[in-house]
Amino acid sequence: MRYSHASKALVLSAALALTLTACGGGTSEESAGGGSEGDATKVITANTTEPQNGLLPANTNEVGGGRVMDLIFTGLVSYDSKGKPVNEIAESIETEDSQNYTIKLAPGHTFSDGSPVTAASFVDAWNFGAAAKNAQLNSYFFESIKGYDEVSAEGATSEEMEGLKVVDDNTFTVELSQPESDFPLRLGYTAFMPLPEAAFEDPKAYGQMPVSNGPYKLTEWNHDVNLKLEVNESYEGPRKAANGGVDFKVYQSTESAYQDILAGNLDVLDQIPPSALANYQDELGDRSINAPYAGNATITISGYLDHFKQGEEGNLRRAAISRSIDRQQIIEKVYFGGKVKAEEFTAPVLDGYTADIPGSEVLDFDADEAKKLWDEANAIEAWGDSEEFSIGYNVDGAGNKEFVEAVANQVKNTLGINAVAKPYTSFKALREDVGKKTMSGAHRSGWQADYPSMYNFLGALYGTGAGSNDGDYSNKEFDDKLTDGLAATDPAEGAKIFNESQEILFKDLPAIPLWYQAVQGGWSENVDNVEFGWNGVPIYNAITGK
Amino acid sequence: MLSFTFKRFLQLIPVFFGATLLVYFLVFATPGDPITALSGGKPMTPAVEASLRAQYNLDQPFWIQYGLYLKNLVTLDLGMSFSGQEVRDLLIRAFPVTARLAVMALAIEAVFGILFGVIAGMRKGKWFDSTVLFASLIVIAVPTFVLGFVLQYVVGVELGWAKPTVSGGATWGELILPATVLGLVSLAYVLRLTRTSIIENKQADYVRTATAKGLSRGRVVNVHILRNSLIPVVTFLGADLGSLMGGAIVTEGIFNVPGVGSLLFSAIRKGEIPTVVAVVGVLVVVFVLANLIVDMLYALLDPRIRYA
Repeated sequence: MRYSHASKALVLSAALALTLTACGGGTSEESAGGGSEGDATKVITANTTEPQNGLLPANTNEVGGGRVMDLIFTGLVSYDSKGKPVNEIAESIETEDSQNYTIKLAPGHTFSDGSPVTAASFVDAWNFGAAAKNAQLNSYFFESIKGYDEVSAEGATSEEMEGLKVVDDNTFTVELSQPESDFPLRLGYTAFMPLPEAAFEDPKAYGQMPVSNGPYKLTEWNHDVNLKLEVNESYEGPRKAANGGVDFKVYQSTESAYQDILAGNLDVLDQIPPSALANYQDELGDRSINAPYAGNATITISGYLDHFKQGEEGNLRRAAISRSIDRQQIIEKVYFGGKVKAEEFTAPVLDGYTADIPGSEVLDFDADEAKKLWDEANAIEAWGDSEEFSIGYNVDGAGNKEFVEAVANQVKNTLGINAVAKPYTSFKALREDVGKKTMSGAHRSGWQADYPSMYNFLGALYGTGAGSNDGDYSNKEFDDKLTDGLAATDPAEGAKIFNESQEILFKDLPAIPLWYQAVQGGWSENVDNVEFGWNGVPIYNAITGK
Repeated sequence: MLSFTFKRFLQLIPVFFGATLLVYFLVFATPGDPITALSGGKPMTPAVEASLRAQYNLDQPFWIQYGLYLKNLVTLDLGMSFSGQEVRDLLIRAFPVTARLAVMALAIEAVFGILFGVIAGMRKGKWFDSTVLFASLIVIAVPTFVLGFVLQYVVGVELGWAKPTVSGGATWGELILPATVLGLVSLAYVLRLTRTSIIENKQADYVRTATAKGLSRGRVVNVHILRNSLIPVVTFLGADLGSLMGGAIVTEGIFNVPGVGSLLFSAIRKGEIPTVVAVVGVLVVVFVLANLIVDMLYALLDPRIRYA
């Protein structure tokens, strides 16, 4: 899920989510674990940004719409607070080879208009999302399914993927084009939600007021103002609402939302503004949280840059730059001691995470070693005195400037080279250069997990030809490891192979990991049981009134 | 008068087209590709990208894009936003809110600015005059966003007299605080303008004559001095209405007012040309009309001014 660039959020930018002290979510767990009953009729007010598109599962790719979709829809599985998939509509998801899946639905689930949720509700929705003619932003999420290429190509006439077959009302099968063991993990992502038949008649109108099957239903959407969600009484599942509804208020800035929290005019805020980071814990006390979530910040050095091409010289220079960055110092000075120094390329909340991958010492600050590596690279090909190492960032994401300048300064001071922070006027300007592969230097990057899986980081960012492989990285050995990891039927075995693949990344450093993201949030005195999920989004359905 | 008004309306046409063309080009020429940004750095299949480009005419060269825009404009079709909403609907939602805000701010600055200005001008050098002069200096010196945040915090959070942000309805009552912030700087200018003008006219011959005729002080001040002093003030207020509507971005941001300022700001950032052009187009019309009204008010204030 991406954070909208317009909402100055955590996206690729991520940098906004500054931290004070790593109190690690203790407060919320205490209150949540306290088992306080709370008022189950209170309508919770929460902040959001205006959803950027109509509310169709395969067209919602940013948090403003995503948090609403996750509440009004439910898919085969949903994720618990730790990111573990829990069955919702699915009764069972079975496979023997990680390529052919048989999915059985628990009977009796309905959409809020009473129509049943059947196998066809899923198959039709996924076909709709994948088909080129519907131009859905999340279309690529279906690329693993056999037949995707035929329906997603420009001008495609076929609209049904060969790999999806309805067996009966409560059963369908999925055939992937290659074994992918983390496929079931993806099924809780927004793109994989079911749609009622009515949706396909006029998708545009449907997206303005969707009939859905989640714990809540949308009853009112005043654009740029608010979205009102009522409890969906027909929902049966693990995420049953503990409150009387959620009223999302659209904010243009988190600053004003924060004032509303202080005044009790808003119940839950999922992002403390930078201006309040220095004292939000004093002001809110145990009504605040600082919890890590599945996202990281990195610096990508594209492989097409002179001196940084894959190979001995490039690898030495990358390692030298990585070792010249004192991450802990930036975390303390720029982020008030928040964030957690990165130890690898994914995120700590994911299954299989380990901080002890061989080669990860390249992420530790060591000025002498950095200089030594840089000199070794110079012996291969000299770095000219007039040459510049720039790190691009977009100025419209709050907090970017501060950390990129800090990184550039450290590189400059340690290596004695001309390292500069290069501002781009907007996110779109930066993305255009990145997309067209016309960067003249490195750039700030990062990833926010769509679904809780290491592969979601490794495959999307570093796989050869992958859609978000901005640095043009390509390594056959690494690709093979990914394929093996996906093919493993045992998730633990898969994670082990993915971690082995990271050893290769540590040698090549297609991107330089900096730190993991954490969410800073707060809530008013009117609510209780506030907890944040694995993806940094509050678990709205569990919040109660006081 | 009638032909004067008609001529001014005719002037509106080239101004409108010139402004929209310029703005269209400026947004078109800003760096960055809006469609790439839509995907937020995540992958986008070529088919989806092509289809989105075609949908917003972004696959066409500038003149064709602008031509298509004008063609649709004739049928009052202002185009679509990237979120798939009619730009017309966006305007219909945002403009009444900002208009309310701007009119309130204008009323606040006109009423209090002129009132304090007259009192200060009539009592030049006295304590009231010194106090408001000093206060207005501070207001002018402090940036709007500082003023906004301070008032929001004190009134909204500490005192709890008003909510820190407005609700979706943005009712008149809720807009008092934002309108005050928005109008405060202009209020200081109106005050100083009125004061200076009053002091000047106070010495005028016709004032002495009026007083000598034995007219009451109230009549001398209100009709003879004030009316003649208002011309520069009205000019300022007229021009200010336009800037209040277009320039409320900061204030709207602080108080979360869903108005034109925030609409324009987010549209520029996204590179959403139809929205930017439409908003600016309407603002241009407002600006020109406000100036027309000012010109007509001159004639009312000063009988010597006549429009043929």
